[in-house]
Amino acid sequence: MTLEENIMMHQGRRQFLQTSGTGLGLTALGSLLPQNLLAKTHREPKAKHVIFLFMAGAPSQIDLFDYKPDLEKQFRQPLPESISQGQRVTAMTRGKEQLVAPSMFKFHRSGSSGMWMSDLLPHLSKVSDDLCIIKSLSTDAINHDPAKTFVCTGSEIPGRPSMGAWLSYGLGAINKNLPDFVVLPSAYWTGGTRNVQGLYSRLWGSGPLPSKHQGVAFQTTGDPVLFLSNPKGVDREIRRKMLDAAGTLNRKHLGEIGDNEIATTIAQQEMAFRMQASVPELTDLSQEPKSVLDTYGPEVGKNGSFARNCLLARRMVERGVRFIQLFHRGWDHHTILPKQLPGQAFDVDQPAAALIQDLKKRGLLEETLIVFAGEFGRTVYGQGNLTRTDYGRDHHPRCFSGWIAGGGIRGGMSYGETDDFSYNVVKDSVPIRNLHATMLHQLGIDHERLTFPFQGLDQRLTGVETARVIREILA
Amino acid sequence: MKYFALLCFFVGTVTAADTVQFNRDIRPILSDRCFHCHGPDEHERKADLRLDQTGGEDGAYRALDGVAGIVPGSLEESEVWYRIISDDEDDVMPPPDSHKKPLTDREKELFKKWIEEGAKYEEFWAFVPPAQPETPRVKNLGWSEKPIDLFVMRKLEEKGLQPKEQADRRTLIRRLSFDLTGLPPTREEIASFLSDERPDAWEQLVEQYLARPQYGEHMAKYWLDLVRFADTNGIHHDHYRDLSPYRSWVIRAFNQNLPYDEFTTYQLAGDLLPNPTQDQLIASGFHRLHLIIDRGTMLPEESFARNVLDRVESVGTAFMGLTVQCAVCHDHKYDPITAKDFFQLSAFFNNIDATPETGGRSGNDFKRGLQPPYIEMPTPKQEKQRAELVEMEKVVQKELELLKKSIAAAADPEKAELEKAQKAADAKLKKIRSDKANLEMTIPAAMVMKERPEVRPAHILIRGAYDNPGEEVGRDTPGFLPPLKPENPELKTRLDLARWFVTAENPLTARVAVNRFWQQIFGVGIVKTSEDLGAQGEWPSHPDLLDYLATRFVESGWDVKALIREMVLSETYRQSSNASPEEFEADPENRWLARGSRYRFDSEVIRDQILATSGLLNEEMYGKSVKPPQPEGLWKAVALPSSYPNRFAPDTGDKIRRRSVYTFWKRGLPPPQMTILNAPTRESCTARRERTNTPLQALLLMNETEYLKAARHFAKRVLEEEPKDRLDFAYETITSQVPDQEEAETLKALLEDLQVSYQAKPELATSLTEGESVELAAWTMVINTLYNLDITKTRQ
Repeated sequence: MTLEENIMMHQGRRQFLQTSGTGLGLTALGSLLPQNLLAKTHREPKAKHVIFLFMAGAPSQIDLFDYKPDLEKQFRQPLPESISQGQRVTAMTRGKEQLVAPSMFKFHRSGSSGMWMSDLLPHLSKVSDDLCIIKSLSTDAINHDPAKTFVCTGSEIPGRPSMGAWLSYGLGAINKNLPDFVVLPSAYWTGGTRNVQGLYSRLWGSGPLPSKHQGVAFQTTGDPVLFLSNPKGVDREIRRKMLDAAGTLNRKHLGEIGDNEIATTIAQQEMAFRMQASVPELTDLSQEPKSVLDTYGPEVGKNGSFARNCLLARRMVERGVRFIQLFHRGWDHHTILPKQLPGQAFDVDQPAAALIQDLKKRGLLEETLIVFAGEFGRTVYGQGNLTRTDYGRDHHPRCFSGWIAGGGIRGGMSYGETDDFSYNVVKDSVPIRNLHATMLHQLGIDHERLTFPFQGLDQRLTGVETARVIREILA
Repeated sequence: MKYFALLCFFVGTVTAADTVQFNRDIRPILSDRCFHCHGPDEHERKADLRLDQTGGEDGAYRALDGVAGIVPGSLEESEVWYRIISDDEDDVMPPPDSHKKPLTDREKELFKKWIEEGAKYEEFWAFVPPAQPETPRVKNLGWSEKPIDLFVMRKLEEKGLQPKEQADRRTLIRRLSFDLTGLPPTREEIASFLSDERPDAWEQLVEQYLARPQYGEHMAKYWLDLVRFADTNGIHHDHYRDLSPYRSWVIRAFNQNLPYDEFTTYQLAGDLLPNPTQDQLIASGFHRLHLIIDRGTMLPEESFARNVLDRVESVGTAFMGLTVQCAVCHDHKYDPITAKDFFQLSAFFNNIDATPETGGRSGNDFKRGLQPPYIEMPTPKQEKQRAELVEMEKVVQKELELLKKSIAAAADPEKAELEKAQKAADAKLKKIRSDKANLEMTIPAAMVMKERPEVRPAHILIRGAYDNPGEEVGRDTPGFLPPLKPENPELKTRLDLARWFVTAENPLTARVAVNRFWQQIFGVGIVKTSEDLGAQGEWPSHPDLLDYLATRFVESGWDVKALIREMVLSETYRQSSNASPEEFEADPENRWLARGSRYRFDSEVIRDQILATSGLLNEEMYGKSVKPPQPEGLWKAVALPSSYPNRFAPDTGDKIRRRSVYTFWKRGLPPPQMTILNAPTRESCTARRERTNTPLQALLLMNETEYLKAARHFAKRVLEEEPKDRLDFAYETITSQVPDQEEAETLKALLEDLQVSYQAKPELATSLTEGESVELAAWTMVINTLYNLDITKTRQ
């Protein structure tokens, strides 16, 4: 055996070992294997789907979830150094005074647990027995772009696989006629254009994973899936004829050339044809009864509303889409927060609550994990004007709130605590990687074993630092 | 047992006759299972033991408290061996909680033999300078005497494989035309090649394609992926950033066949060359291609650190083929790059005379997508116009000053008069300034690298954190590579570094480059992981061939066209890609090269082919990026309302039919016609694209509006032909083949069938053809069918 031969054989063995063993990762072989290959999970999954309601721009936890009534007495008092501990700030508030801005919004007790909820969230209050509120989320990043990239991909560095891509890679498709991973960005929001941050396709990208795992962003104008519709002058019958002829020729060439990739092309053209029917069926809400539409609130009739996207998410779960990520922007309230937060809360409160109830009625909440979170929190100290009724808040990575519902998570509970200023986590910290680990866990995946070799490392969603499943919140 | 049997299928068994070799057999095991805790990274190192080297206090041969890591020749005394075979959960390596796979029986066997035979280490292949290998001896002497073919044949003979026959001429000219220019051959070119009876017809054809300006455009596309060239700043606002002169330079450089050593030097340090030419300065814009945040949210010191790291990473991927960025936070776990090495390297790149964030929104620079330092390249006319405006501005300014003084001193009636004059002068000044600004908008400018006069100190950033500087470090190259030979030992410069990259002793530069060019021509690199030739990268399929090409490349004076020429003149290149399904299955990526490679074209090639064959392609070269139409609302759905530009406004006219290398690339949302077909977002350096085959791609090729317009345009041309020639004309233009009887019949049947359908639904025909005939509608869909054939989108 020559040197070269041995090297190659060795390489064969390495690849074999990387893709054998757990069952997971087999889909990495991509088009070599049947498309519908469903990899084995590491454990019995509790959930099959995830709906991630991403509040891009970072909602204020102090005004929505993390009730701090005592701050009232601290109005315009400097934030004690014992609390701020020299934490990094953004370029916007560096060197400025840090004066406490108490929330002007009232809170009330809700549900059988009596958890505190902001008056801005009346509908979510009603389903609070299904919510697990996490008050101790924390992140590494302080600016939107890296922070969003971090929540969506587990890394601040652009170009890593996103959550949905990991699931598509690890678990494969449920419904072959729809994408595994769909992204639904809101087309508008009440907060106006001032508090809006950008999105980037990398947030639903596949990074080094095969790109068939990337999210398919549904469009709110034109085709929901890009290039879905036949162009003007082409109907379904004509498209069928065209595809039949293409199929005949492709099959002939397959016979002559021998490359099975041609068979994949034929199969994908047929899948495209089926999607031309399955996607419009999915997005057609005309069969939804008024009683259901009404629960999602007044905006459900508008294209691109968060409400409509929530309803679409439910329909996707019903049809077997694995991961659905909604993006709602407009939460970046550096100034005039009291004026703009209520509108944003209005956008999401009723639809999110309706989504939970709707899934529950259909018996789908147990197998669907719903996550609601932004990329970081907001500071207790004010930015911009600071009066009782007018203030803004800067970015705050050290603690923020989110909630999880369904998917085998305990409802009616709060997890984690922050200090009196909602500034530092004082109990049960949940770094983003733990949130990721918990999501994967509920889907039957051990986050340490869902890996993909890239740049010499076994990459994983939870990164290189130790992550932990939050077992305390599992039902 | 089944598991083991499968392994044997891959590796055979260790027999007494085999000698175990470190690089071949042992290093991959160590790298994958051991180096994480017992490798180059001293912070993660456990038990004061490193297995990547033998010497030193921590080396593999060390004895600590009487326990030796490895004792050559003695299994009994080698703690490592005991740890590998132990069944005690606390002792066995790798430890179960590391999630690293335990060694297989076969691997243990190799390890045992290696220790018994003396546990000899070898240097890692990619870090030893390539030496010209001996020409291989092969049994089949009749195939080819060309060195590339001999290396390939030796491998084929070892595997018991045979090369395929040469592909037919139609396939060959199509393959060559696409591989060298990214465009299909015309029917005339095909005819001329088919009738060319000269013995060197192929050689002539190769020269013809190498000399075309489209060659440079095609070669540039790969380079632009590698250096993450784009039209926006990529972070936060994702504002417009104009780097197009750099693209034009890359295209020119390939077309002029600029030697690769100079190509490298210009980019790394063109600004430091004595009296740099305009091109050398533009090339130094390589250092400006990284993502850069716009002012206002991040702390500038953090942005600064990110930019430097991004620059080093791109140098690592593009010129070293190593994942140097792994050493940002810690010593590299698999390759011998320490964190100190990384930051010493970064010290060459931390001294740019520029702000670390892009500028504010106002002013001409913002609108032009520029950030100093940049050079302007006005035409003589523009220069003259600007000089005139500057002169006028001065005159009016002086006038205004005088007026102001006079007004202060003047009495009433006169004052009113003067104030009127002042108003007029103000208006005039405003007009001059706006004319100047408008003129400047049209002056081409290129962002460049520029060194600050004083050297900025560099530090190791502890765990890569910008605000946690550790030991100060000077500029230097990594210790495991040949030493830098600076011109002035007192001050090592980027130019010294650039020259170090292109010395013959550098083991990486030439290998990394020829491997990527090979990947371009054959679909997969000799080292498949063309972005990583380090320990965790894949091993070369043909190590000797790689070294042959690398040494040839350097000897030729880094002549890129000569390298490409040698590849495409080989018999290996000219093989037919038809094979049996079993052969495709046995070697799906064609690593052994027992046939011609077959793989889907890249997104740009697919679009350019449609434009070229339909007769719509606008061949204009160079200049700023253009925006072919894309589905509405894509930018709106993601962009910050205040990003510039925040809405996609398509270009019109001929601009939308330029080659795809000129398409505007918004990093936050690149054109879907490109990304759906695996084009990268250009947010990080990409040395190779993957190729998937998805339903979204099928939808794109079926329904994209511009592609359908092209089909219609082409159908009109088809109808200008005699009816009997139409099908051949269409089929050959698109696939470079003439249809055989079965193909012709299938398409004729389709055409007739479609005509029946469109006759029955005239309103569909009308809307497809904008009011023209049923015949045109049917032909449009036949062309659409041809564009959707697998053979049309596939290089074969």
